[in-house]
Amino acid sequence: MSDNDADLEIGPEERRPHRVIGTPPPAAGILTDPGRGDGEDEAPAAEPWIPADNPDPVSAKNWERVAALLFTLSALASVGFVAAYVGLEIGNKNGDVVDATLRSNLALGTALSVAMLAIGIGMVIWVRYIMPPVEVSEARHPLASDPEDRAAFAETILEGAAASQLTKRPLLRRTLLAAVLPVAAAPLIVLRDLGPLPGTSLRSTVWKKGTRLTVYGSNQPITPADFNSPGAMITVIPEGYADNDEVLAKATVIIIKMEPGQLKIPTRYNDGVNGPHTLLNSMNWTVDNIVAYSKICTHVGCPAALYEQTTHKILCPCHQSTFDAETGATVLFGPAPRPLPQLPITVDAEGYLVAQSDFQEPVGPSFWERG
Amino acid sequence: MSTTQHRPLQMPKPLAKQGGELDDRFHAAKGVRTLLRKVFPDHWTFLLGEIALYSFIILILTGIFLTLFFQPSMSEVVYHGSYTKLDGVRMSQAYASTLNISFDVRGGLLMRQIHHWAADVFLAAIICHLLRIFFTGAYRKPRETNWLIGLGMFTLGIFEGFLGYSMPDDLLSGTGVRIAEGVLLGIPVVGTYLSFFLFGGQFPGNEFVARFYIIHVLLIPGLLLALVSAHLFLMVHQKHTQMPGAGRTNNNVVGQPMYPYFAIKTGAFFFFVFGVLALLGTFAQINPIWQVGPYTPVAISAGSQPDFYMGFLEGSLRIFPNWTWDIGGHTIAWNVLIPALVILGFLFTVLGVWPFVERWATGDKSYHNVNQKPRNAPTRTGVGMAGVVFYGIMWLEGANDLIAVHLQIPLYTLTEVARYAVFIGPVIAFWITRRICIGLQRRDAAMLEHGVETGIIQQLPNGGFAEAERPVTPEEAAELIELPPPSVTEVRSDTDENGLPAPARRGLAGRVQARAHDYFVEGISLAPPANGHTNGHGTNGHGTNGHNGHGEVESGERAAIGSGPSGDRADDEA
Ligand code: HEM
Ligand code: FES
Repeated sequence: MSDNDADLEIGPEERRPHRVIGTPPPAAGILTDPGRGDGEDEAPAAEPWIPADNPDPVSAKNWERVAALLFTLSALASVGFVAAYVGLEIGNKNGDVVDATLRSNLALGTALSVAMLAIGIGMVIWVRYIMPPVEVSEARHPLASDPEDRAAFAETILEGAAASQLTKRPLLRRTLLAAVLPVAAAPLIVLRDLGPLPGTSLRSTVWKKGTRLTVYGSNQPITPADFNSPGAMITVIPEGYADNDEVLAKATVIIIKMEPGQLKIPTRYNDGVNGPHTLLNSMNWTVDNIVAYSKICTHVGCPAALYEQTTHKILCPCHQSTFDAETGATVLFGPAPRPLPQLPITVDAEGYLVAQSDFQEPVGPSFWERG
Repeated sequence: MSTTQHRPLQMPKPLAKQGGELDDRFHAAKGVRTLLRKVFPDHWTFLLGEIALYSFIILILTGIFLTLFFQPSMSEVVYHGSYTKLDGVRMSQAYASTLNISFDVRGGLLMRQIHHWAADVFLAAIICHLLRIFFTGAYRKPRETNWLIGLGMFTLGIFEGFLGYSMPDDLLSGTGVRIAEGVLLGIPVVGTYLSFFLFGGQFPGNEFVARFYIIHVLLIPGLLLALVSAHLFLMVHQKHTQMPGAGRTNNNVVGQPMYPYFAIKTGAFFFFVFGVLALLGTFAQINPIWQVGPYTPVAISAGSQPDFYMGFLEGSLRIFPNWTWDIGGHTIAWNVLIPALVILGFLFTVLGVWPFVERWATGDKSYHNVNQKPRNAPTRTGVGMAGVVFYGIMWLEGANDLIAVHLQIPLYTLTEVARYAVFIGPVIAFWITRRICIGLQRRDAAMLEHGVETGIIQQLPNGGFAEAERPVTPEEAAELIELPPPSVTEVRSDTDENGLPAPARRGLAGRVQARAHDYFVEGISLAPPANGHTNGHGTNGHGTNGHNGHGEVESGERAAIGSGPSGDRADDEA
């Protein structure tokens, strides 16, 4: 800790000159408040507690000039602030809007900074170099009350308790408690309508048999032939939901095109604890070396948006969970506990990519009822 | 006692009359005079709390300005404002109005940037302030309550900052909210309900900006104001601690009076903090929300970083392994639960119980108005540094992608290393810090005994060279010597007259406490060489100080406190 070293080297100039008035106080020239010894009720002392003038009037005068200069500077900066406010246009009437804003910000901000800093520094000079230096000492009084006061306090409390009868009348006490507790619980009840109950809504998305995959941004459906450059990844959303953030927060999908033979998706079932085993990954869910995965990271739900073409790794930028696109988006690294769910896809009569069904497991982060 | 020394001071008539009228009604003369003459000690580290206070005030001022223009609504609009790059884009009103504040309100961008910088400075100052309090032991009796209030403000500040950051509804902030949703979902049993109640249904819903807004501008600022008031009231009531130094004892406060000195100094500091925040708001761009676009759950901007005070949580989410349990049809997301909630809860719990643990271990029930130098409490300082390293590693991991890129280290390696480092690092930090503290204590003790090296090399009569030494001045000694605590500690580390363990050390609990005691108070005794006061607290209880020594310690302490009233009281309590 550097402050310790600093503490060891006290040059004489770092200690404020102490002014000793009357009889020198005992310790190192610190002024002790003559009116504030242990006897709190003493009349105000006859001599000043703090001196009226700086012992070095020449230096005080010089510093006064510096402080005055700073205060004047601050006043000028305030005028400058108003001038910049009135004089500098913002908006996009004359050229680039960002440039105009940054110009205005620079002028207003500089004026404000100068106005505030000049006052601040001027005041520091005032208190440190113009006012007489002083160091005083004040006695601390014990925090704990006198034993008699404590006893009197306890007595008051007990008297009141006895008069309230609460200690003697359990019926009164208990029924009162029964009346008050529900009031305390009321907020829990009236807050119920903050939102609907979750039900099973987190378990499914809007994808269903035949829903077209549309390209995020253009909202156009896509055929395997449109998406024929191996190594590419694009984001797709269910047709007709481009403006629905709640739907997109679960149903957004990435599709990846691979070279023939690169996809090695195992046939994988869930553990079947909650009913029949369901299929989670399958080669049959791909079309033409195109595979579709949920874009919603199974860690805490960021879009797993990065794709490394050469290694076929999908990376979530939030906490770097890494998924292997070749083998069913299995987790290679990071805090995500599960593969990105695979969306079964096929092509419809017109040749567009469509879903075969919804995802076969809930997408996104873990939740209690996920099972 | 000559009154001729100064001219008598005369209150101007009109003021005297006004003052009289006021005092007629409020009986204020005596109380206010006491307040005006209140003494404030001076040390640069005492400014940290003031930085936090003034940032908070500036947050309120700039925040009120922002509320006049910000629209806390998630209703969708198609943007046709000044920022043509987003012309025709669908966005929430919240985001559109933040664009308006930035581009169409004069001074709006400045206010936003000052507000955001003030939030960062507020939390940074709180953290530094907290560390100062911790490392100097300023939380000890009677100031435990203010320590807890401080922790409460720290927690509220983190939430407040997160809510504010989330309100503009841009791509960056929305990502943060999404992560918060993921964390909520990870809470067992009630997680999905909490999330649905917060968002009014499925994420993102149409509600959260308005809900965050009212919490951000009313609820938490109100709570913070109440806590700040309580904090300051207690500080004034119990009086400041002071750093050790000449003339400073447990029973006085040495410094400058509130009126006019401290008032001017602290006023100056307000303007200074405001000026620095204005400089930051002018020259250091922060959160240029127009560059990332409105929030959509579909996309994310790469390399996005939260504000620094969330970095710890971000890092902890990044390094924790991907453990989950599926049992009985339920999923327990350890991978989210532990890093986001358990570790955070652990950190704040440790901070919260620390003063009481230390009190239990040292058995020290006395008042402490003079702070300790960190070296004089090696165990506390070691634990503190362990905490700092733990926090620091998590925090750095929150930016591991940037570190990996800049230092050309593979990302996964970095995370793997961090997974071990969070356990090993704090242990090493504890051990090294403790050693350093004890070393510094030895140096202080040597200095007290032999004097200060002057840096002047002198040739000795025998031809050799030696550095000249001068004795320590009384002022230097005052800063080196630990003030003995005004009451005797109860938990003794050694034996009674018959060589048996002292009564307080019998039984399992007693032995545990006694061991903790030894560990806490281990160190070098920094006694003033001249008058022979022994420092019972800093004394290493093993061996060297037999029970005979204790008699001395006790009498020494009594002598040191003299007639100090607080010492007597403390004994009453013990
Ligand atoms: C400890 C206190 C506070 C903290 C830490 C805090 C933090 C923040 C942060 C980080 C932002 C995002 C700013 C941005 O980059 O756009 C924000 C926005 C905002 N804050 Fe605060 N704030 C605090 C107190 C207040 C108070 C007291 C008010 C109002 C009375 C307020 C009103 C607002 C408003 C209206 C916004 C949204 C406008 C915008 O984002 O530009 N804040 N706050
Ligand atoms: S959300 Fe994807 S790694 Fe955390």
